Amino acid sequence: MNDSRYIITGLIVFIVLVTFPFWANAGKAAPAPAPSLDTPAIQQLPEKQCVEATAYMRTDHMKLLDEWRTQVVREGKRIYVASNGKEYEMSLEKTCLECHSSKAQFCDQCHNYLDVQPDCWTCHIEPKENK
Amino acid sequence: METSRRNFLKAGGACLLGLTIWPAVKGFAGNSTEYITSSKALTGEKWGLVIDMKKCWPKYQEGCRECFLACQRAHNIPDVTNKEEEIKWIWTEPYENAFPEQEHEYIAASIKGKPFIVLCNHCENPPCVRVCPTKATFKRRDGIVMMDYHRCIGCRYCMAACPYGARSFNFSDPRPFIKEVNPEFPTREKGVVEKCNFCAERIDTGLPPACVEACPAGALVFGDLDDPNSEVRKILASRYTIQRKPELGTHPCIYYLV
Amino acid sequence: MLVKALTGSKKYWGWTIFLLVLIATGFACYLWQLQKGLTITGMSRDVSWGLYISQFTFLVGVAASAVMVVLPYYLHNVKAFGRITILGEFLAIAALIMCLLFVIVDVGKPMRILNMIFYPTPNSMFFWDMIALNGYLLLNIIAGWHALEAEYKAVPPPAWTKILVYISIPWAVSIHTVTAFLYAGLPGRHYWLTAIMAARFLASAFASGPALLIILSYIIKRVSKFDPGREAIQKLAAIVTYATIISVFFVGLEFFTAFYSQVPAHGLDTLKYLFAGLDGHGKLVPWMWTFAILAVLALVLLINPRTRTRDTYLQAACVAVFVSMWIEKGIGLVIGGFIPNPFERVTEYVPTLPETLIALGVWATGFLILTFLYKIAIAVKEETV
Repeated sequence: MNDSRYIITGLIVFIVLVTFPFWANAGKAAPAPAPSLDTPAIQQLPEKQCVEATAYMRTDHMKLLDEWRTQVVREGKRIYVASNGKEYEMSLEKTCLECHSSKAQFCDQCHNYLDVQPDCWTCHIEPKENK
Repeated sequence: METSRRNFLKAGGACLLGLTIWPAVKGFAGNSTEYITSSKALTGEKWGLVIDMKKCWPKYQEGCRECFLACQRAHNIPDVTNKEEEIKWIWTEPYENAFPEQEHEYIAASIKGKPFIVLCNHCENPPCVRVCPTKATFKRRDGIVMMDYHRCIGCRYCMAACPYGARSFNFSDPRPFIKEVNPEFPTREKGVVEKCNFCAERIDTGLPPACVEACPAGALVFGDLDDPNSEVRKILASRYTIQRKPELGTHPCIYYLV
Repeated sequence: MLVKALTGSKKYWGWTIFLLVLIATGFACYLWQLQKGLTITGMSRDVSWGLYISQFTFLVGVAASAVMVVLPYYLHNVKAFGRITILGEFLAIAALIMCLLFVIVDVGKPMRILNMIFYPTPNSMFFWDMIALNGYLLLNIIAGWHALEAEYKAVPPPAWTKILVYISIPWAVSIHTVTAFLYAGLPGRHYWLTAIMAARFLASAFASGPALLIILSYIIKRVSKFDPGREAIQKLAAIVTYATIISVFFVGLEFFTAFYSQVPAHGLDTLKYLFAGLDGHGKLVPWMWTFAILAVLALVLLINPRTRTRDTYLQAACVAVFVSMWIEKGIGLVIGGFIPNPFERVTEYVPTLPETLIALGVWATGFLILTFLYKIAIAVKEETV
């Protein structure tokens, strides 16, 4: 054990580095996002509901979009029959963004909060913000 | 219990594998939703195009480029300034370049050097589909050779395989080169290959390809090559047509009247 | 054993630092390429593969050539190669890592490269190349390392590694065959559409790889106490001689078919472009003639036993073989295949500076790995001698 000095120092340095994100951000919790649903298109809806239930959309929208993409691009199927029987065109631009016309509210707020960077917008065209 | 480092790592690896597979197992439990084709969609088994260049040329000489412009507007095709990095979906090539194996010394003056509209041939036996390592290029049930830009890794194997020069690579970000953006169709991004999609997005919603619709001379005739009563089949049955490089066994679906 | 790579002379560290500088430069250029796209390279819509893929192709050959020391030793009991099989295997490892890096720097969307595994596509030759190359890499790492470890401990290597070695022999042939199939199955690329492509690839690989191994053996002899042995070098020289003859013969076959049949679809235009220029374009002409002259020179030096057995002549011949094969396969073959383009036009290709620096960076990475691996192997051998 004549190298214990080096080993212990090394271990300490390692632990400090690994836990860096925790103690560096301690006590600086970012506020949870609260996206505003207040877009003109949503206001006009008789029933304020997305293609699926809000809870499902909140947790699984990425999986839904992924499946939509596969169906449209690879299968040529463009109509989504939702669980309530309603039919929607599977299109990010024409369907999703029709209501969710504010990217800042509906995409960026939560994605920034969670630090996820989906790369939809390098190809798909961002809606013009209408506030 | 004695456990070696090796055994510990093995057990750890197995646990990690289990964790990786778990989401996939969970994914099998789905809900009762459906994906269907639009009732308006055009249905065909093998889409093809007959191009009557004699109808095109008078207008072309007057400067008509409606088919190119319609395509460019519909698909956000960038106008890349560097010729070597151009993105092309539909354009013209002189007869000698489009049909190099048909060319001879004494070719009729009415054909020699004349522009021919070229685009992806949507081959029945497409080499690009054969070589693509990710199925990013694939063949739809209606014969369209389609690209999934989400999946393309940009290896450019398809460009080497295509004998028609129909494929373009996004050497840089195309967005700065798009003059007027059509918000309904995605652009592409740097690093992927792209090509004519025969307006799959329009066919699926009941419209013919944009170039066909835009042609004021009716030089482009679109239809199902598998349907003997379609207009394309009627033209093919009654008149002499040529294809580009038929000797390569790709079976192009674009025919030319000369 | 790894620790043996961490002690060395000033020269050793100087060489390491030199390679690290090249790697850093290449990496910086690569970051720029990630930012800007492949527009920073000389590639175009017509010549859509350039320096990266051509280096990849050439290096697959270098990797495959390890079989030229492994096969005689394990199947024919050529004892002289026993001392250097490890050098062949480690050269294969370094070459394969360069191959994989060249693919990564070439693709437009490197972060999506795993799509090749998520959506496996057996009809694509790339899929098989991925399996062949990674499998061969693994085989060489496991077999090579165990053999060296056994030598270090002065015990015979575990029996199961011998099975891996036997598997690796046909596998080596497969990696270059599949790589040739990447090219040989494309309609409309006349220069590549030849049934002898895989044979050409193997022949030039078995010339350039062992030639490099001979050069490396001489370097090792000079900088260390380990002598790969004159007999091994001379046996390798015989292999290089035959392989170079066959290689040049195969190139001649291509010439005959193209020029005697006069069929443009047999690569006639590409050969004209490469060796004489086409439509006023001829940037590769000096390169291809350098290839021809070096190949002939190498043949003269190798076939004549009096020059082949003299160290300096053999060294010169091996350099000539390596450089000429590099030009033929690493430049002419891949780039030539794209010229003329599907519209019978000539678009030329010249790599840009950042592109060249990235390629150099990859070569430097390979040589750094090779240096470390050889350092370890030689240190072990010096102890056991």
